[in-house]
Amino acid sequence: MITEYLIAGFLIMAGIFGFVGSFGLIKLNDPMSRLHAPTKATTLGVGGVLLASMVHGIAVEGHLSLHEVMITLFLFLTAPVTALFIAKVHLHRHETLKSLPPAGEDGIWATHDVEPEGEEEKQSSA
Amino acid sequence: MITYAALFAFVCFALAVLMNLWKILSAEEIADRILALDSMFINALALMVLYGLALGTEIFFEAALIIAMLGFVSTVAYARFILRGNIIE
Repeated sequence: MITEYLIAGFLIMAGIFGFVGSFGLIKLNDPMSRLHAPTKATTLGVGGVLLASMVHGIAVEGHLSLHEVMITLFLFLTAPVTALFIAKVHLHRHETLKSLPPAGEDGIWATHDVEPEGEEEKQSSA
Repeated sequence: MITYAALFAFVCFALAVLMNLWKILSAEEIADRILALDSMFINALALMVLYGLALGTEIFFEAALIIAMLGFVSTVAYARFILRGNIIE
């Protein structure tokens, strides 16, 4: 009985988080806050489904399955990497040197750290 | 009770996939499109695990793992193509 409530609770939590994550993708105004909504909330949503599936496997079907742990581990490892890449695409395509905050001791944001077109030709010919 | 909770989760994730599709169609920036595609992959993965839970089979876990891998690789490839103009240098 308790496990049934637990599974239902995990499933409802997962559904709410998945919905909110994608709703935030539409609703939020700033591109960097749009990055926040799906990468965190959807991972929690999938985590909830996988937890429910694990409890279901132990309590109802009577054996422990480790597939869910594998999927969770893979998602938790790859979600930050994809978020980083999407943030870099945004910095590269939609921000200029003036719209970004100062980069601190590095001086300039790495994606904008390219030499102007003319300079490059001059150096290669020299 | 589990049946109703699973139905609720099905509806939520289906709406989430539709919203991702809407964002892919209507986004102004390419970063938003990549992000919407990535979250669509993750929502489809959740739907697949839910379907396996509802049917009581384990065959969908392998499929879910492959979907997760494809989603990661395609997102990174797309982002790298935008960043560098090339995927493997």
